[in-house]
Amino acid sequence: MAFNIYDLTSFNQSIDKFLYDNLPSFWAMIVEMTIIGVAFLLFYAVIGLFLVYAERKVCAFIQNRVGPNRVGPYGIFQTIADFIKLLMKEIIPIRKADQFLFNLAPFIVIIASFMAIAAIPFGLGLHAIDLNIGIFYVMAVSSLGVIGVLLAGWSSNNKYSLIGAMRSGAQIVSYELSVGLSMVTIVVLAGSMQLSEIVEAQRNGWFIFTGHVPAFIAFIIFMIASTAETNRGPFDLAEAESELTAGFHTEYSGIKFAFFFLAEYMNMFIVASIATTLFWGGWMPLHIGGWEGFNHVMDIIPPFFWYMGKTLVVIFLMMWFKWTFPRLRIDQLLKLEWKYLLPVNLFNLILMALVVLMKWHF
Amino acid sequence: MTSESLILFFIVAVVLVGGALIFSSLVPPRSFNPQKSEPYECGIPTQGKTWLQFNVGYYLFAILFLVFDVETVFLFPWATIMKSVGMAAFIEIIIFFLILGLGLLYAWKKHALIWE
Repeated sequence: MAFNIYDLTSFNQSIDKFLYDNLPSFWAMIVEMTIIGVAFLLFYAVIGLFLVYAERKVCAFIQNRVGPNRVGPYGIFQTIADFIKLLMKEIIPIRKADQFLFNLAPFIVIIASFMAIAAIPFGLGLHAIDLNIGIFYVMAVSSLGVIGVLLAGWSSNNKYSLIGAMRSGAQIVSYELSVGLSMVTIVVLAGSMQLSEIVEAQRNGWFIFTGHVPAFIAFIIFMIASTAETNRGPFDLAEAESELTAGFHTEYSGIKFAFFFLAEYMNMFIVASIATTLFWGGWMPLHIGGWEGFNHVMDIIPPFFWYMGKTLVVIFLMMWFKWTFPRLRIDQLLKLEWKYLLPVNLFNLILMALVVLMKWHF
Repeated sequence: MTSESLILFFIVAVVLVGGALIFSSLVPPRSFNPQKSEPYECGIPTQGKTWLQFNVGYYLFAILFLVFDVETVFLFPWATIMKSVGMAAFIEIIIFFLILGLGLLYAWKKHALIWE
Protein backbone atom coordinates (compact mmCIF):
# COMPACT_ATOMS: atom_id res chain seq x y z
CA MET A 1 0.00 0.00 0.00
CA ALA A 2 1.84 3.06 -1.27
CA PHE A 3 1.16 6.11 0.82
CA ASN A 4 2.07 9.26 -1.08
CA ILE A 5 0.87 12.41 0.65
CA TYR A 6 1.06 14.42 -2.59
CA ASP A 7 -1.24 12.15 -4.56
CA LEU A 8 -3.77 10.16 -2.55
CA THR A 9 -5.53 8.63 -5.56
CA SER A 10 -3.50 5.40 -5.52
CA PHE A 11 -3.77 5.17 -1.72
CA ASN A 12 -7.56 5.37 -1.88
CA GLN A 13 -7.71 2.87 -4.71
CA SER A 14 -5.54 0.42 -2.79
CA ILE A 15 -7.84 0.63 0.25
CA ASP A 16 -10.78 0.08 -2.06
CA LYS A 17 -9.08 -2.93 -3.68
CA PHE A 18 -8.04 -4.37 -0.28
CA LEU A 19 -11.63 -4.26 0.98
CA TYR A 20 -13.17 -5.75 -2.15
CA ASP A 21 -10.56 -8.51 -2.32
CA ASN A 22 -11.04 -9.64 1.26
CA LEU A 23 -14.78 -9.20 1.79
CA PRO A 24 -17.98 -10.02 -0.14
CA SER A 25 -18.75 -6.95 -2.25
CA PHE A 26 -21.85 -5.98 -0.25
CA TRP A 27 -19.95 -5.91 3.05
CA ALA A 28 -16.98 -4.19 1.41
CA MET A 29 -19.33 -1.43 0.30
CA ILE A 30 -20.81 -1.14 3.79
CA VAL A 31 -17.36 -0.91 5.40
CA GLU A 32 -16.19 1.64 2.84
CA MET A 33 -19.29 3.78 3.34
CA THR A 34 -18.88 3.62 7.11
CA ILE A 35 -15.24 4.72 6.89
CA ILE A 36 -16.13 7.67 4.64
CA GLY A 37 -19.15 8.64 6.71
CA VAL A 38 -17.25 8.59 10.01
CA ALA A 39 -14.27 10.44 8.51
CA PHE A 40 -16.45 13.23 7.16
CA LEU A 41 -18.49 13.41 10.36
CA LEU A 42 -15.31 13.84 12.40
CA PHE A 43 -13.96 16.40 9.94
CA TYR A 44 -17.26 18.30 10.05
CA ALA A 45 -17.32 18.37 13.85
CA VAL A 46 -13.66 19.36 14.24
CA ILE A 47 -13.89 22.16 11.67
CA GLY A 48 -17.12 23.42 13.23
CA LEU A 49 -15.69 23.50 16.76
CA PHE A 50 -12.45 25.06 15.55
CA LEU A 51 -14.20 27.81 13.59
CA VAL A 52 -16.35 28.82 16.56
CA TYR A 53 -13.21 29.09 18.67
CA ALA A 54 -11.39 30.99 15.90
CA GLU A 55 -14.26 33.43 15.53
CA ARG A 56 -14.26 34.18 19.26
CA LYS A 57 -10.51 34.69 19.31
CA VAL A 58 -10.46 36.88 16.17
CA CYS A 59 -13.36 38.94 17.48
CA ALA A 60 -11.60 39.33 20.82
CA PHE A 61 -8.34 40.52 19.28
CA ILE A 62 -10.13 42.96 16.97
CA GLN A 63 -11.94 44.40 20.02
CA ASN A 64 -8.73 44.49 22.02
CA ARG A 65 -9.76 41.68 24.39
CA VAL A 66 -8.19 38.30 25.16
CA GLY A 67 -11.14 36.03 24.39
CA PRO A 68 -11.65 32.53 25.82
CA ASN A 69 -8.57 31.60 27.89
CA ARG A 70 -9.73 29.40 30.80
CA VAL A 71 -10.50 25.93 29.41
CA GLY A 72 -7.21 24.38 28.33
CA PRO A 73 -4.18 26.25 27.01
CA TYR A 74 -5.35 29.49 25.31
CA GLY A 75 -8.91 28.28 25.84
CA ILE A 76 -8.79 25.79 22.95
CA PHE A 77 -11.21 23.40 24.68
CA GLN A 78 -13.78 26.15 25.27
CA THR A 79 -16.03 25.15 22.35
CA ILE A 80 -15.91 21.47 23.31
CA ALA A 81 -17.06 22.42 26.82
CA ASP A 82 -19.79 24.60 25.29
CA PHE A 83 -20.90 21.74 23.06
CA ILE A 84 -21.19 19.34 26.02
CA LYS A 85 -23.11 21.97 27.96
CA LEU A 86 -25.55 22.52 25.09
CA LEU A 87 -25.99 18.75 24.69
CA MET A 88 -26.93 18.43 28.35
CA LYS A 89 -29.47 21.28 28.27
CA GLU A 90 -33.20 20.73 28.29
CA ILE A 91 -34.99 21.41 24.99
CA ILE A 92 -37.79 23.81 25.91
CA PRO A 93 -41.08 23.15 24.12
CA ILE A 94 -42.73 26.33 22.82
CA ARG A 95 -46.45 26.88 23.29
CA LYS A 96 -48.41 26.91 20.02
CA ALA A 97 -45.28 26.29 17.95
CA ASP A 98 -45.69 24.11 14.88
CA GLN A 99 -43.88 21.10 16.39
CA PHE A 100 -43.21 19.17 13.20
CA LEU A 101 -41.68 22.07 11.26
CA PHE A 102 -39.93 23.31 14.39
CA ASN A 103 -38.07 19.98 14.65
CA LEU A 104 -37.56 19.64 10.89
CA ALA A 105 -35.68 22.95 10.51
CA PRO A 106 -32.35 21.91 12.15
CA PHE A 107 -32.35 18.73 10.03
CA ILE A 108 -32.58 20.76 6.82
CA VAL A 109 -29.81 23.24 7.65
CA ILE A 110 -27.41 20.45 8.68
CA ILE A 111 -28.24 18.20 5.72
CA ALA A 112 -27.71 21.08 3.28
CA SER A 113 -24.27 21.95 4.66
CA PHE A 114 -23.14 18.33 5.14
CA MET A 115 -24.08 17.26 1.64
CA ALA A 116 -22.29 20.24 0.11
CA ILE A 117 -19.03 19.13 1.75
CA ALA A 118 -19.17 15.81 -0.13
CA ALA A 119 -18.15 17.42 -3.43
CA ILE A 120 -15.31 19.62 -2.21
CA PRO A 121 -11.82 18.57 -3.34
CA PHE A 122 -9.40 18.84 -0.40
CA GLY A 123 -6.38 17.56 -2.27
CA LEU A 124 -5.27 15.43 -5.19
CA GLY A 125 -7.47 12.35 -4.90
CA LEU A 126 -8.92 13.56 -1.60
CA HIS A 127 -12.61 14.07 -2.31
CA ALA A 128 -15.63 11.93 -1.55
CA ILE A 129 -17.41 12.42 -4.86
CA ASP A 130 -15.96 14.10 -7.94
CA LEU A 131 -19.11 15.13 -9.80
CA ASN A 132 -18.80 16.47 -13.32
CA ILE A 133 -21.23 19.23 -12.36
CA GLY A 134 -19.51 19.80 -8.99
CA ILE A 135 -19.80 23.57 -8.81
CA PHE A 136 -23.45 23.46 -9.83
CA TYR A 137 -24.16 20.79 -7.23
CA VAL A 138 -22.51 22.74 -4.40
CA MET A 139 -24.45 25.87 -5.33
CA ALA A 140 -27.75 23.98 -5.52
CA VAL A 141 -27.38 22.03 -2.29
CA SER A 142 -25.98 24.81 -0.11
CA SER A 143 -28.83 27.13 -1.10
CA LEU A 144 -31.35 24.62 0.30
CA GLY A 145 -30.34 25.82 3.77
CA VAL A 146 -32.59 28.86 3.40
CA ILE A 147 -35.63 26.56 3.61
CA GLY A 148 -34.50 25.51 7.07
CA VAL A 149 -34.12 29.14 8.13
CA LEU A 150 -37.57 30.05 6.80
CA LEU A 151 -39.16 27.03 8.50
CA ALA A 152 -37.43 27.87 11.79
CA GLY A 153 -38.75 31.43 11.76
CA TRP A 154 -42.21 30.44 10.62
CA SER A 155 -42.83 27.63 13.09
CA SER A 156 -41.51 29.39 16.22
CA ASN A 157 -44.74 31.30 16.97
CA ASN A 158 -42.63 34.38 17.58
CA LYS A 159 -42.98 37.65 15.67
CA TYR A 160 -39.28 38.46 15.81
CA SER A 161 -38.37 35.05 14.43
CA LEU A 162 -40.81 35.49 11.58
CA ILE A 163 -39.42 38.92 10.66
CA GLY A 164 -35.88 37.54 10.81
CA ALA A 165 -36.78 34.58 8.60
CA MET A 166 -38.46 36.75 5.96
CA ARG A 167 -35.52 39.12 5.86
CA SER A 168 -33.16 36.20 5.58
CA GLY A 169 -35.21 34.74 2.73
CA ALA A 170 -35.15 37.97 0.72
CA GLN A 171 -31.45 38.42 1.38
CA ILE A 172 -30.25 34.90 0.56
CA VAL A 173 -32.44 34.71 -2.51
CA SER A 174 -31.08 38.02 -3.84
CA TYR A 175 -27.41 37.33 -3.23
CA GLU A 176 -27.73 33.82 -4.66
CA LEU A 177 -27.69 35.48 -8.09
CA SER A 178 -24.39 37.20 -7.56
CA VAL A 179 -22.78 34.05 -6.18
CA GLY A 180 -24.03 32.08 -9.18
CA LEU A 181 -22.94 34.65 -11.76
CA SER A 182 -19.46 35.06 -10.33
CA MET A 183 -19.12 31.24 -10.40
CA VAL A 184 -20.19 31.27 -14.06
CA THR A 185 -17.47 33.83 -14.77
CA ILE A 186 -14.84 31.36 -13.61
CA VAL A 187 -16.50 28.42 -15.35
CA VAL A 188 -16.12 30.37 -18.62
CA LEU A 189 -12.40 30.68 -17.95
CA ALA A 190 -11.92 27.06 -16.84
CA GLY A 191 -14.26 25.51 -19.41
CA SER A 192 -15.49 22.88 -16.93
CA MET A 193 -17.84 22.52 -13.99
CA GLN A 194 -15.91 19.64 -12.43
CA LEU A 195 -14.13 20.98 -9.36
CA SER A 196 -11.02 18.79 -9.78
CA GLU A 197 -10.65 19.96 -13.39
CA ILE A 198 -11.03 23.60 -12.37
CA VAL A 199 -8.16 23.09 -9.91
CA GLU A 200 -6.12 21.23 -12.51
CA ALA A 201 -6.56 24.15 -14.95
CA GLN A 202 -4.78 26.35 -12.39
CA ARG A 203 -1.57 24.33 -12.37
CA ASN A 204 0.31 27.09 -14.18
CA GLY A 205 -1.13 29.96 -12.17
CA TRP A 206 -4.13 30.65 -9.97
CA PHE A 207 -7.16 32.13 -11.71
CA ILE A 208 -7.06 35.29 -9.66
CA PHE A 209 -3.67 36.06 -11.25
CA THR A 210 -4.15 34.55 -14.71
CA GLY A 211 -7.76 35.61 -15.22
CA HIS A 212 -6.99 39.26 -15.88
CA VAL A 213 -9.30 41.98 -14.42
CA PRO A 214 -12.63 40.08 -14.65
CA ALA A 215 -11.42 37.28 -12.35
CA PHE A 216 -10.46 39.83 -9.73
CA ILE A 217 -13.83 41.63 -9.97
CA ALA A 218 -15.57 38.26 -9.77
CA PHE A 219 -13.63 37.42 -6.60
CA ILE A 220 -14.66 40.67 -4.90
CA ILE A 221 -18.30 40.14 -5.87
CA PHE A 222 -18.12 36.52 -4.73
CA MET A 223 -16.76 37.56 -1.33
CA ILE A 224 -19.48 40.18 -0.77
CA ALA A 225 -22.28 37.92 -1.99
CA SER A 226 -21.16 34.83 -0.11
CA THR A 227 -20.81 36.79 3.13
CA ALA A 228 -24.43 37.83 2.64
CA GLU A 229 -25.45 34.29 1.71
CA THR A 230 -24.15 32.86 4.95
CA ASN A 231 -26.07 35.47 6.95
CA ARG A 232 -22.92 36.94 8.45
CA GLY A 233 -22.20 40.48 9.46
CA PRO A 234 -22.42 43.15 8.02
CA PHE A 235 -25.37 41.36 6.39
CA ASP A 236 -26.67 39.61 9.53
CA LEU A 237 -30.13 41.20 9.36
CA ALA A 238 -31.75 37.84 9.93
CA GLU A 239 -30.42 37.71 13.48
CA ALA A 240 -29.86 41.38 14.19
CA GLU A 241 -29.59 40.98 17.95
CA SER A 242 -30.28 44.63 18.77
CA GLU A 243 -33.66 44.57 16.97
CA LEU A 244 -34.83 40.96 16.79
CA THR A 245 -33.24 39.34 19.91
CA ALA A 246 -31.76 36.47 17.87
CA GLY A 247 -33.90 36.40 14.74
CA PHE A 248 -34.96 33.04 13.36
CA HIS A 249 -33.38 30.93 16.12
CA THR A 250 -34.70 32.89 19.12
CA GLU A 251 -36.88 30.01 20.34
CA TYR A 252 -34.35 27.24 19.81
CA SER A 253 -32.61 25.93 22.89
CA GLY A 254 -29.98 23.36 23.77
CA ILE A 255 -28.64 21.16 20.99
CA LYS A 256 -31.09 22.48 18.40
CA PHE A 257 -29.59 25.92 18.76
CA ALA A 258 -26.13 24.37 18.51
CA PHE A 259 -27.05 22.88 15.14
CA PHE A 260 -28.02 26.27 13.73
CA PHE A 261 -24.79 27.69 15.02
CA LEU A 262 -22.77 24.81 13.56
CA ALA A 263 -24.51 25.12 10.19
CA GLU A 264 -23.69 28.82 10.03
CA TYR A 265 -19.98 28.13 10.49
CA MET A 266 -19.98 25.18 8.11
CA ASN A 267 -21.65 27.31 5.44
CA MET A 268 -18.88 29.80 5.93
CA PHE A 269 -16.36 27.00 5.47
CA ILE A 270 -18.11 25.84 2.29
CA VAL A 271 -18.16 29.26 0.63
CA ALA A 272 -14.54 29.86 1.66
CA SER A 273 -13.49 26.54 0.16
CA ILE A 274 -15.38 27.33 -3.04
CA ALA A 275 -13.57 30.68 -3.20
CA THR A 276 -10.28 28.81 -2.71
CA THR A 277 -11.08 26.29 -5.43
CA LEU A 278 -12.25 28.82 -7.98
CA PHE A 279 -9.90 31.73 -7.43
CA TRP A 280 -6.93 30.69 -5.33
CA GLY A 281 -5.94 27.49 -7.09
CA GLY A 282 -7.41 24.88 -4.70
CA TRP A 283 -4.63 22.61 -3.48
CA MET A 284 -2.05 23.96 -5.94
CA PRO A 285 1.10 25.33 -4.29
CA LEU A 286 2.23 28.90 -4.88
CA HIS A 287 4.65 29.09 -7.79
CA ILE A 288 6.48 32.16 -9.03
CA GLY A 289 7.88 31.94 -12.55
CA GLY A 290 11.69 31.80 -12.62
CA TRP A 291 12.20 31.23 -8.87
CA GLU A 292 13.16 27.55 -9.07
CA GLY A 293 14.39 27.18 -5.49
CA PHE A 294 11.31 28.88 -4.07
CA ASN A 295 9.00 26.67 -6.15
CA HIS A 296 10.72 23.52 -4.89
CA VAL A 297 10.28 24.61 -1.26
CA MET A 298 6.58 25.31 -1.92
CA ASP A 299 6.15 21.85 -3.47
CA ILE A 300 7.23 20.19 -0.21
CA ILE A 301 4.09 21.35 1.61
CA PRO A 302 1.34 18.72 1.07
CA PRO A 303 -1.74 19.77 -0.99
CA PHE A 304 -4.16 19.31 1.92
CA PHE A 305 -2.29 21.90 3.99
CA TRP A 306 -2.27 24.32 1.07
CA TYR A 307 -5.99 23.87 0.72
CA MET A 308 -6.80 24.35 4.41
CA GLY A 309 -4.40 27.26 4.71
CA LYS A 310 -5.98 29.17 1.85
CA THR A 311 -9.48 28.39 3.10
CA LEU A 312 -8.62 29.64 6.59
CA VAL A 313 -7.25 32.88 5.14
CA VAL A 314 -10.52 33.46 3.27
CA ILE A 315 -12.48 32.64 6.45
CA PHE A 316 -10.34 35.10 8.39
CA LEU A 317 -11.21 37.74 5.79
CA MET A 318 -14.92 37.08 6.36
CA MET A 319 -14.50 37.32 10.15
CA TRP A 320 -12.65 40.57 9.65
CA PHE A 321 -15.65 41.90 7.65
CA LYS A 322 -18.02 40.95 10.42
CA TRP A 323 -16.20 42.74 13.18
CA THR A 324 -15.31 45.91 11.23
CA PHE A 325 -18.37 46.97 9.23
CA PRO A 326 -21.66 48.23 10.69
CA ARG A 327 -24.83 46.33 9.82
CA LEU A 328 -26.76 47.37 6.69
CA ARG A 329 -30.48 48.20 6.57
CA ILE A 330 -32.70 45.98 4.42
CA ASP A 331 -33.24 48.64 1.75
CA GLN A 332 -29.50 49.30 1.48
CA LEU A 333 -28.91 45.58 1.27
CA LEU A 334 -31.31 45.04 -1.61
CA LYS A 335 -30.12 48.17 -3.38
CA LEU A 336 -26.50 46.97 -3.18
CA GLU A 337 -27.42 43.67 -4.81
CA TRP A 338 -29.90 44.69 -7.50
CA LYS A 339 -28.51 48.08 -8.52
CA TYR A 340 -24.78 47.54 -8.16
CA LEU A 341 -23.63 43.92 -7.93
CA LEU A 342 -26.02 42.42 -10.49
CA PRO A 343 -25.35 44.87 -13.38
CA VAL A 344 -21.61 44.85 -12.64
CA ASN A 345 -21.68 41.06 -12.60
CA LEU A 346 -23.49 40.77 -15.94
CA PHE A 347 -21.05 43.20 -17.51
CA ASN A 348 -18.12 41.35 -15.95
CA LEU A 349 -19.32 38.05 -17.41
CA ILE A 350 -19.30 39.52 -20.94
CA LEU A 351 -15.86 40.95 -20.28
CA MET A 352 -14.63 37.52 -19.20
CA ALA A 353 -16.13 35.92 -22.32
CA LEU A 354 -14.28 38.53 -24.40
CA VAL A 355 -11.02 37.82 -22.54
CA VAL A 356 -11.38 34.08 -23.19
CA LEU A 357 -12.31 34.69 -26.83
CA MET A 358 -9.36 36.98 -27.51
CA LYS A 359 -7.02 34.80 -25.39
CA TRP A 360 -6.02 37.80 -23.28
CA HIS A 361 -5.72 35.63 -20.17
CA PHE A 362 -2.21 34.62 -19.19
CA MET B 1 -17.32 6.85 -5.35
CA THR B 2 -20.33 7.34 -7.60
CA SER B 3 -22.97 10.03 -7.29
CA GLU B 4 -25.43 7.55 -5.75
CA SER B 5 -23.32 7.61 -2.61
CA LEU B 6 -24.57 11.13 -1.93
CA ILE B 7 -27.36 9.26 -0.15
CA LEU B 8 -24.69 8.23 2.36
CA PHE B 9 -24.08 11.86 3.24
CA PHE B 10 -27.81 12.44 3.58
CA ILE B 11 -28.11 9.47 5.96
CA VAL B 12 -25.09 10.53 8.05
CA ALA B 13 -26.50 14.06 8.46
CA VAL B 14 -29.91 12.73 9.47
CA VAL B 15 -28.31 10.33 11.98
CA LEU B 16 -26.17 13.15 13.41
CA VAL B 17 -29.12 15.48 14.04
CA GLY B 18 -31.58 12.74 14.97
CA GLY B 19 -29.19 11.07 17.38
CA ALA B 20 -28.41 14.32 19.17
CA LEU B 21 -32.09 15.24 19.40
CA ILE B 22 -33.00 11.84 20.83
CA PHE B 23 -30.10 12.03 23.29
CA SER B 24 -31.06 15.46 24.54
CA SER B 25 -34.74 14.57 24.84
CA LEU B 26 -33.87 11.59 27.09
CA VAL B 27 -30.82 12.49 29.18
CA PRO B 28 -31.01 16.14 30.34
CA PRO B 29 -33.15 17.05 33.39
CA ARG B 30 -36.64 18.34 32.66
CA SER B 31 -39.05 20.63 34.45
CA PHE B 32 -42.37 22.13 33.51
CA ASN B 33 -43.52 25.69 34.03
CA PRO B 34 -46.24 27.46 31.99
CA GLN B 35 -44.14 30.64 31.83
CA LYS B 36 -41.14 28.81 30.43
CA SER B 37 -42.80 27.69 27.22
CA GLU B 38 -44.03 31.15 26.26
CA PRO B 39 -42.40 32.61 23.14
CA TYR B 40 -39.71 35.12 24.06
CA GLU B 41 -40.60 38.58 22.85
CA CYS B 42 -38.46 40.59 25.25
CA GLY B 43 -40.47 39.63 28.35
CA ILE B 44 -43.81 41.12 27.32
CA PRO B 45 -46.66 38.58 26.87
CA THR B 46 -47.22 38.03 23.16
CA GLN B 47 -50.14 39.94 21.67
CA GLY B 48 -52.53 38.68 18.99
CA LYS B 49 -51.70 36.38 16.12
CA THR B 50 -48.10 35.73 15.09
CA TRP B 51 -48.68 34.91 11.43
CA LEU B 52 -49.42 38.44 10.22
CA GLN B 53 -49.62 39.93 6.76
CA PHE B 54 -46.40 40.69 4.96
CA ASN B 55 -44.85 43.54 3.08
CA VAL B 56 -45.57 42.88 -0.60
CA GLY B 57 -41.96 43.87 -1.39
CA TYR B 58 -40.77 40.38 -0.41
CA TYR B 59 -42.91 38.80 -3.14
CA LEU B 60 -41.67 41.29 -5.72
CA PHE B 61 -38.07 40.34 -5.01
CA ALA B 62 -38.95 36.66 -5.01
CA ILE B 63 -40.42 36.99 -8.53
CA LEU B 64 -37.39 38.97 -9.76
CA PHE B 65 -35.14 36.30 -8.26
CA LEU B 66 -36.99 33.55 -10.11
CA VAL B 67 -36.40 35.24 -13.48
CA PHE B 68 -32.70 35.84 -12.90
CA ASP B 69 -32.01 32.50 -11.27
CA VAL B 70 -33.45 30.54 -14.17
CA GLU B 71 -31.25 32.67 -16.39
CA THR B 72 -28.19 31.67 -14.31
CA VAL B 73 -29.13 28.03 -14.78
CA PHE B 74 -29.12 28.61 -18.56
CA LEU B 75 -25.74 30.28 -18.34
CA PHE B 76 -23.94 27.29 -16.78
CA PRO B 77 -24.08 25.01 -19.87
CA TRP B 78 -23.11 27.98 -22.05
CA ALA B 79 -20.12 28.69 -19.82
CA THR B 80 -18.72 25.16 -20.10
CA ILE B 81 -18.62 25.22 -23.92
CA MET B 82 -17.74 28.90 -24.39
CA LYS B 83 -14.04 28.11 -24.85
CA SER B 84 -14.54 25.50 -27.57
CA VAL B 85 -17.36 27.18 -29.55
CA GLY B 86 -15.82 30.64 -29.57
CA MET B 87 -17.28 33.55 -31.55
CA ALA B 88 -20.79 32.13 -32.13
CA ALA B 89 -21.29 31.55 -28.41
CA PHE B 90 -20.09 35.06 -27.65
CA ILE B 91 -22.57 36.70 -30.05
CA GLU B 92 -25.41 34.54 -28.77
CA ILE B 93 -24.75 35.47 -25.17
CA ILE B 94 -24.65 39.17 -26.03
CA ILE B 95 -28.13 38.88 -27.56
CA PHE B 96 -29.28 36.93 -24.50
CA PHE B 97 -27.91 39.62 -22.19
CA LEU B 98 -29.48 42.44 -24.20
CA ILE B 99 -32.92 40.91 -23.66
CA LEU B 100 -32.14 40.28 -20.01
CA GLY B 101 -30.76 43.78 -19.49
CA LEU B 102 -33.93 45.21 -21.02
CA GLY B 103 -35.91 43.29 -18.40
CA LEU B 104 -33.72 44.59 -15.59
CA LEU B 105 -34.03 48.16 -16.92
CA TYR B 106 -37.82 47.78 -17.06
CA ALA B 107 -37.93 46.60 -13.44
CA TRP B 108 -35.63 49.48 -12.49
CA LYS B 109 -37.82 52.07 -14.28
CA LYS B 110 -40.96 50.65 -12.63
CA HIS B 111 -39.27 51.19 -9.20
CA ALA B 112 -39.43 47.45 -8.48
CA LEU B 113 -35.88 47.58 -7.12
CA ILE B 114 -36.70 50.11 -4.40
CA TRP B 115 -37.67 48.84 -0.96
CA GLU B 116 -40.76 50.64 0.31
